[in-house]
Amino acid sequence: MSTESLSIFSPQLAARFDALVEKYPLRRSALIPMLLYAQDEIGYLSDAVMEEVAERIGITTLDVRNVASYYSMLRFKPVGKYNVQVCTNISCMLRGAYDIFEHLQDRLGIGHKGVTADGVFSLEEVECIGVCCWAPALQVNYDFHDDLTNEKVDDVLASYRAKARSEQAEGGSAHA
Amino acid sequence: MPDVTFTVDGKKLTAPAGTLLIDACRKAGIEIPAFCYYPGLSLQAACRMCVVRQEKVPKLQTACTTQVGEGQVFVTESAEIAQARKATIELLLGNHPLDCPVCDAGGECELQDMTFKYGAGESLYVEAKQHREEQKWSPAVYFDRPRCILCYRCVRMCGEGMDVWALGIQSRGASATIAPNGGDHLDCEQCGMCIDACPVGALTSDTYRYKTRPWEMNHVATVCTHCGDGCKVTLGIRQADNGTDIVRADNRDKSGINGDFLCAKGRFGFDFVESPDRLTKPLIRNAAGTLEPATWEQAIRHVASKLKEVRAAGRAIGVIGSNTTTNEENYLLQKFARTVLGTNNIDHVRSTDYPGFAAAMAGHDHRAASLRDTQTAKAILLIGGNPTEEHPLLAWNLRTNFRLNQARLYIATDSPIKLERQALMSLQLPVSLESGGYESLSDFLGGDDNALDFGAMDDVIESRPTQTDTVPTELTHAKTFREAVLAEDSLIVIFGEEFRGAAIQKLVAWGLGKENVKFAYLGDYVNSRGAADMGLLPDLLPGYVPVSEPGAFGEEYANLSKQPGLDAVQMLDAAGRGELGALYVVGADPIASYGVDPAAFENTFVIVQDIFLTETAALADVVLPSASLYEKTGTVTNSYGDVQLVKKAADKAGVKTDFEILVRVAGGMGIDIKKLVPFGTTGKGGVTADMGQSRGAQSGEADRHAVWLTANNLEPRLSPFDPLAVLDEIQRLLPAYQLDRLNLFGGNDVPSQPGFVPVSDLLAQAAHQDVVLPAHDGLFTSGTLGAHTVALTEIRQYQHSVSDAVVAETAAD
Repeated sequence: MSTESLSIFSPQLAARFDALVEKYPLRRSALIPMLLYAQDEIGYLSDAVMEEVAERIGITTLDVRNVASYYSMLRFKPVGKYNVQVCTNISCMLRGAYDIFEHLQDRLGIGHKGVTADGVFSLEEVECIGVCCWAPALQVNYDFHDDLTNEKVDDVLASYRAKARSEQAEGGSAHA
Repeated sequence: MPDVTFTVDGKKLTAPAGTLLIDACRKAGIEIPAFCYYPGLSLQAACRMCVVRQEKVPKLQTACTTQVGEGQVFVTESAEIAQARKATIELLLGNHPLDCPVCDAGGECELQDMTFKYGAGESLYVEAKQHREEQKWSPAVYFDRPRCILCYRCVRMCGEGMDVWALGIQSRGASATIAPNGGDHLDCEQCGMCIDACPVGALTSDTYRYKTRPWEMNHVATVCTHCGDGCKVTLGIRQADNGTDIVRADNRDKSGINGDFLCAKGRFGFDFVESPDRLTKPLIRNAAGTLEPATWEQAIRHVASKLKEVRAAGRAIGVIGSNTTTNEENYLLQKFARTVLGTNNIDHVRSTDYPGFAAAMAGHDHRAASLRDTQTAKAILLIGGNPTEEHPLLAWNLRTNFRLNQARLYIATDSPIKLERQALMSLQLPVSLESGGYESLSDFLGGDDNALDFGAMDDVIESRPTQTDTVPTELTHAKTFREAVLAEDSLIVIFGEEFRGAAIQKLVAWGLGKENVKFAYLGDYVNSRGAADMGLLPDLLPGYVPVSEPGAFGEEYANLSKQPGLDAVQMLDAAGRGELGALYVVGADPIASYGVDPAAFENTFVIVQDIFLTETAALADVVLPSASLYEKTGTVTNSYGDVQLVKKAADKAGVKTDFEILVRVAGGMGIDIKKLVPFGTTGKGGVTADMGQSRGAQSGEADRHAVWLTANNLEPRLSPFDPLAVLDEIQRLLPAYQLDRLNLFGGNDVPSQPGFVPVSDLLAQAAHQDVVLPAHDGLFTSGTLGAHTVALTEIRQYQHSVSDAVVAETAAD
């Protein structure tokens, strides 16, 4: 596309999108995958994201918004660096998912769809993530953590917090 | 498709195979309720109201998606179906507010009707209703979310019908909602079609909301006063202390030339009638030089005596008529000028060269396309112009024809237009109006390959890469375009003010050379065509009969001069030289239109009839407040020659119709009114009047009008102020206006036949060059009327700010 230099996406993703829109008989078939990839890279579907996706496909921004708003896993607000998604569907629920969810709320000091003040964590109660055999389970970004107890949850949080800290230090030194 | 026979409720029906059951039933008078189904739009099958039982099919079927086939058996009403519909309504009412008593749609709401027919008296739901405040999406459109039943009609109407795509559905399930393209506002053409299509009161208009109830209004079907398409519009009228108020405009019964269509101007542009700027009292310039209110008697007496004085002094009198008055008024004005004032100095502010078109079409009957033809034509060649902006109904017809009938639209234009999205082929012309270049297209279509100079348009092409990618050169593309157009069996050629005089001749001559080619020539105002047809021209009588060879008019009109008079510009020049004794202006603003120095009128007695104090009226010696098109009866002729009936809808205290004013002025001048307006009988004994059978000394006294009336089984009109008396005379004298009255008075459009123009007219036309001033009114402007319409002004400013924001954002990127 002609405005490639103005893309808000990374060159790799932009190239991927260029291929994706040509892949289907109808260009708009690429819409949902594009939104997912864009969300992974940008963190959420900002107006700018939806505008660029619309332009790449050749549909209106309204069309993109109509589709995107249908799907609960597409979001329009930024989440934390690590988005903690707790399954509370039947298997997890029977194995104490609500305890886990409450514990997370206490630990992080945020509720459903909340983001911590430092922006490291966000919390979400979600439908089945397909780990019923090792319930209860949660998902942090694309990583799974299963067979949970409150202690295990603390470890999980600690490990991500440490990761965030070290990344921040690296980022800080790089800037310095 | 072959016809199939099937059974509905025990009745044998026949319809082409593939017809939707709901359509077939409605045609046969069997009503199947539906919220989401809307004729002409894509199928949604969202509401489940149209369920019917089909034999041998286990579940109830939706009639809106069932195509009829041979031998099928349907039941459309039964206890089971009623129960299903009742359940559907119960679900719809689950979150629907019970605010019918204040809802705009109350009384004409489809959900209300269906609830009365099928609904339960009480609901099983005990949950609190989810309320949302109503949202203002634009100065025209309001959205009341809880009332919405998610039928998607507005979404499809906006997208498919208008090709605007400004509405969508967001979220899902119980929280699904209609959403505008601007997030919380609408950036669109503001046509209000979504409001019209809404079966409930979810979408409401700013002009009508919370003002009245449908049953409190009188509904009068008349013709929109804004553009040259002449849509039928139904005005909702209510009594007011100074006459009546127009509270709503829509096309209530979806009848007439425009079916369900109306644009922003037709739907919202009516509040000029109650503008505080309206003239409601005659004004006479006093000794101190200011305009002072006067009574009608004083004003008419003053005008009549002044006109008599100027006429007696032998000084020239000029008359300038209007593009927005009725045919009857225009006819009467030119008859008044020619017989009472004794001058051919009559013209109007021309927006298109209709005399040129008439001359080109002379002698070729059935070659003029009516507006209805554009709904069904297989192929259309649109040259220049931008119908989306300037002729919204034409654009609607072309889009609909493309969508429903796969019409092939060819567009030749010098700048990109929105309708190209529906075009099979589009040709970018290397011309601008200034270079007179549209004329070269006729040569090119006629076979001259070198007619189009593409060298001049390199920079234009560059900005449109899609065109150059697919064709090696512009010329090859142009040739392909020409071949495709020439290969069409039938064609409607639509063009506008880019073509004048000889250019029209050339284009029409090209088309007449082919069979089944029809023409439409676009004008700007509601009766631009009528003004020209009725002879508001210095050299042409009604029906484009040259004054030099007046034919029947020579016998009809006393004092008719065979010398062509001055056109509008020449009149103003003459005034500047002090040679014009009086200027009579009806519903026009020549000073603003032609940019004349007001000082030019120092020695001219200026009379202006208008609804507003225009620039010309402001310096007139007498100003007569006239009625708008919504306050009078008569006929108007749209750009395509379709004649429609204008019915008096509103009333305004203090004003008079232009027709009545003219008759009164003529009466004040001591004229025998019966010679001007053929009303009553000739006074020689009622029905025993001379029926033209006399011989000898009395043959000259044959009352042609009475003879014609008798021959047509019509009766004389009783009032000198009855415009229809003049319609009788128009029909008697103009071969092009042989109107089917059953249809005309029934509120339909009736085509006139511009082919019936005397062939001698061809010669009369050749020499002169007319000044044509196209109006180029867009979607939200309408000359003086538009400037005084608050609703349109608001919409225009709003759309301006919305579009500006977009431009600013793009610039920031």
